Amino acid sequence: MVDLAVQIGNLKFKNPVSTASGCFGYGYEYEDFMDVNRLGAIFVKGTTGSNREGNPYPRMAETPSGMLNSVGLQNKGVDYFISDIYPKIKDYDSHIIVNVSGSTIEEYVEVAEKLNELEKIPAIELNISCPNVKEGGMVFGTHCPSAIEVTRSVRKAFAKTMIVKLSPNVTSIHEFAKAVEGAGADAISLINTLLGIAINAKTRKPVLSTVTGGLSGPAVKPVALRMVWQAYHSVKIPIVGMGGIMNATDAIEFILAGATAVQIGTANFIDPAVSMKVLDGIESYCLENGFSDVNDLIGALET
Amino acid sequence: MRKRVEDFTIINNRQVNSEYYILDIQSDDDLPELLPGQFAELRVDGSNTVFLRRPISFYDVDYNNRTISLLIQEVGKGTRQLAGAVPGDILNMIYPLGNSFSSEGVTRALLIGGGVGVAPLLFLGKTLKSNKVDVNFLLGFRNRDFLVDVDKFEACGNVFITTDDGTFGEKGTVLDHMLIKTGLKEYDKIYTCGPQVMMKAVALLAEKENTDCEASLENTMACGFGACLCCIQKTIHGNLRVCVEGPVFNTKEIIW
Repeated sequence: MVDLAVQIGNLKFKNPVSTASGCFGYGYEYEDFMDVNRLGAIFVKGTTGSNREGNPYPRMAETPSGMLNSVGLQNKGVDYFISDIYPKIKDYDSHIIVNVSGSTIEEYVEVAEKLNELEKIPAIELNISCPNVKEGGMVFGTHCPSAIEVTRSVRKAFAKTMIVKLSPNVTSIHEFAKAVEGAGADAISLINTLLGIAINAKTRKPVLSTVTGGLSGPAVKPVALRMVWQAYHSVKIPIVGMGGIMNATDAIEFILAGATAVQIGTANFIDPAVSMKVLDGIESYCLENGFSDVNDLIGALET
Repeated sequence: MRKRVEDFTIINNRQVNSEYYILDIQSDDDLPELLPGQFAELRVDGSNTVFLRRPISFYDVDYNNRTISLLIQEVGKGTRQLAGAVPGDILNMIYPLGNSFSSEGVTRALLIGGGVGVAPLLFLGKTLKSNKVDVNFLLGFRNRDFLVDVDKFEACGNVFITTDDGTFGEKGTVLDHMLIKTGLKEYDKIYTCGPQVMMKAVALLAEKENTDCEASLENTMACGFGACLCCIQKTIHGNLRVCVEGPVFNTKEIIW
């Protein structure tokens, strides 16, 4: 038997495998393919203060070993989440963690305050790194004083576990990791998508309606591993690592770099049951390599 | 309907012309009920530049032989790679996905397709015919070489054909055909699939004649089952997912 439980802030995950916001809907979209209750946590779709239609079509471009998206936080707002979605997912045996987004600090605080009242929401992921909304989003994640301010403000409004999701679109990830740790984050998650462009040479136009979008998939994995490793060596709070994880080996690489838990994102679109394969594969790796506790792998990279 | 991920075996790959091919694929198990308009997400193995699955609609279904046929056009790397499939190869699919055409109360239908967009109309025509609907096709192709299985369409109903260069049927596109210009009100339902400009024009004409019209859209998508929100279509109900609320929409709901 391998002990797979890990600790994120005050929250115990029964295993380190979770699914990334924006890549797993609200969980029920995947019920035909797998038992979603086996996940350590489900990070649900980015939720804002009110309804957002998102960006115009086209919103997606396939790229080598990855994809660019500019969905733009399409969601029906926090009140709809509470009235119509929460009742359907609150009894999952996995932690339901809501990704909180906004354009202003007031909006982040409003969403966090409302979610704080929900018994079965033990944590939020503060998204200060969405590259696809004009105002807010990444502005908070790429300007250190703004990152500190929004983290501090939401900290006062949300009493449970707060994970802050960092943007990779910065020069020094450790500065942001340290800054949000100092501002009250219980954990950090990284990386969000990398800003990119896809161009159609035939039409001489951008593929995405927004010109730029966020790159995800295996193409970003080396960058993500580097940033998790740097963050691990600069903060004491736990790290939830993500970026191009396609299989158990990828997930173990993130844990070795310093992640306490991992999120599977884009891979869910290609193999909707991939997270279960990652979970089983982590257990097998531990057994085969003589680890009785997955925690012994965290940051165990030998350099 | 429960969605599943399954390995099919390719039993035939038939080249129709320089761009189109038809894959016949067989399941080890009985097929679930499949509906006209629905589609599958096909995995394309062995390439770093083809990362996502490819959404392809059902062209024909043979429950007795547990076989599905897919009409595919080579438009990029993914569909080009699939074109190289040989009998015995494995094709992994997520299916069945999406909604379907509605046919309640329909007695006389006109199915208007352009190019590879005729694909879901064969399965639809077959199903309508078995429900005793008077089925009529208006199909447009580039030229004589691009015609697809005309005999199969003829087995379901009347077939009218246009080619851009006039090498078969009437010269022009389906929009130039007299059926469209004068006859739409003789049908109680129009179904259309093909290039967006064609579907939009058909929708507007149908609306003018007050004939109910459904279009099957093919927006680019990542997941195919409602998680990624990439394939949205602007509608009177807001941005809807083509992979879940579609691919078939009543054209009155679409904001083109």
